[in-house]
Amino acid sequence: MRKLLTPLTKDKIAGLKAGEQVLLSGIIYTARDQAHKLIAAALSKGGKPPVELSSCVIYYCGPSGTPEGKVIGSCGPTTSSRMDAFAPLLLEAGVSAMIGKGGRSDKVVREIKRRKAVYFITYAGCGALLARTVRKAEVIAYSHLGPEAVYRLEVEDFPLIVAIDSSGRKLKGF
Amino acid sequence: MRKIPAAKISDTTAELCARANIILRKDVLVLLRSARKKEKNGLAAAALDAILENARAAAAERTPLCQDTGLPYVFLEIGQGVLITGCRLDAAVNNGVKRGYAFASCRQSVVSHPLSRSGSSYVPAVIHTDIVPGSKVRVTVFPKGFGSENKTGLKMFRPTESGDEIVNYVVSCAAEAGADACPPYIIGCGIGGGADTACLLAKKSLLRDVRKRSPDRLLRKMEKEILRKVNRLNIGPMGLGGGCTALAVNIEASPTHIAGLPAAVNISCHALRSASAVI
Repeated sequence: MRKLLTPLTKDKIAGLKAGEQVLLSGIIYTARDQAHKLIAAALSKGGKPPVELSSCVIYYCGPSGTPEGKVIGSCGPTTSSRMDAFAPLLLEAGVSAMIGKGGRSDKVVREIKRRKAVYFITYAGCGALLARTVRKAEVIAYSHLGPEAVYRLEVEDFPLIVAIDSSGRKLKGF
Repeated sequence: MRKIPAAKISDTTAELCARANIILRKDVLVLLRSARKKEKNGLAAAALDAILENARAAAAERTPLCQDTGLPYVFLEIGQGVLITGCRLDAAVNNGVKRGYAFASCRQSVVSHPLSRSGSSYVPAVIHTDIVPGSKVRVTVFPKGFGSENKTGLKMFRPTESGDEIVNYVVSCAAEAGADACPPYIIGCGIGGGADTACLLAKKSLLRDVRKRSPDRLLRKMEKEILRKVNRLNIGPMGLGGGCTALAVNIEASPTHIAGLPAAVNISCHALRSASAVI
């Protein structure tokens, strides 16, 4: 299984093929519906997003509460298609990888190919298992959004499957 | 009249909320294990292994199975010989949900207004009460994840249409859900009543043991037929392909009007969670 470290620069992404399993280590940022809405609003006004988006990995996730003594609670992926309307703007701003569950729109597939980015899926409905790969977690933006805030996660061997690769090839069904 | 303090219902609700979110239902686990044994596709097998390992991790670490700890549904079957004393029943239930969800480190997934999206919280729960014979209260907590709830379908069929059309409709709902709602699915269906009855029955059907088929011959046949067809869609666990797109189909039915045939589909992700207790 291929191991990758963030930041996910284009050269690291170029070799990935749809269907390939990857273990990712480094820094990823959570963002789901409302955070996407705010980031997209900031970008369209020419404003600065709360995270440096260049070569950034965005994880569609809103974790559950952090139990005492733990780094993070359950933290699996949410449905990616709800972020389809915002993804092209974030890809344009430099996001190089997205992690979620389920399929993407044709437009997002085209944008992934155009920007040489990648879409990964991870084990959906397995938040307790995925929490074991998170070494550090902190809210870095939009704390008023509660579980929809942007978290900076430091992960080790976070399991991924390439669902759409940088040449636009898709795992069947995505 | 048998007196039951509202506080007792609240405590039971709290306990069930924690249990439902952390411990995967045994009937679901049995079907998942048997699906894993049959799985030949490598990626799909890895996904099923992750699901089974996740159930172990959640139980061992007292962490919710899924970060989406759902919109909390609480079903109360209240014996007509019971007198509930103390505070308001809805307040008692919501207080129980709050305590149980906080204890289990669940997510505050409920927004108080659907459009302003303000204030995330654990409550209010969706509470359904049925008055039943007897002097007991059955409390069932069903945290319903919204990835799958978003794939709900309702169709008002003509009364002259057959079960086959309903079968095809349910299969099309599963196809439409694709990999979005965390397959392998458990598919709940409600047929009959009014539109609201069908939707509620579809949800309630998910509370039935997923290993048991309907005692009604017609419905049992439909359950098997839908499962067979859905498992030919080649969606597979997490969309990774193969013959395991759904684990079970549960159908519940109700009398309806001569002019109609409502059918509702309520899909559950593989982490079908609920817990029940009788007071």
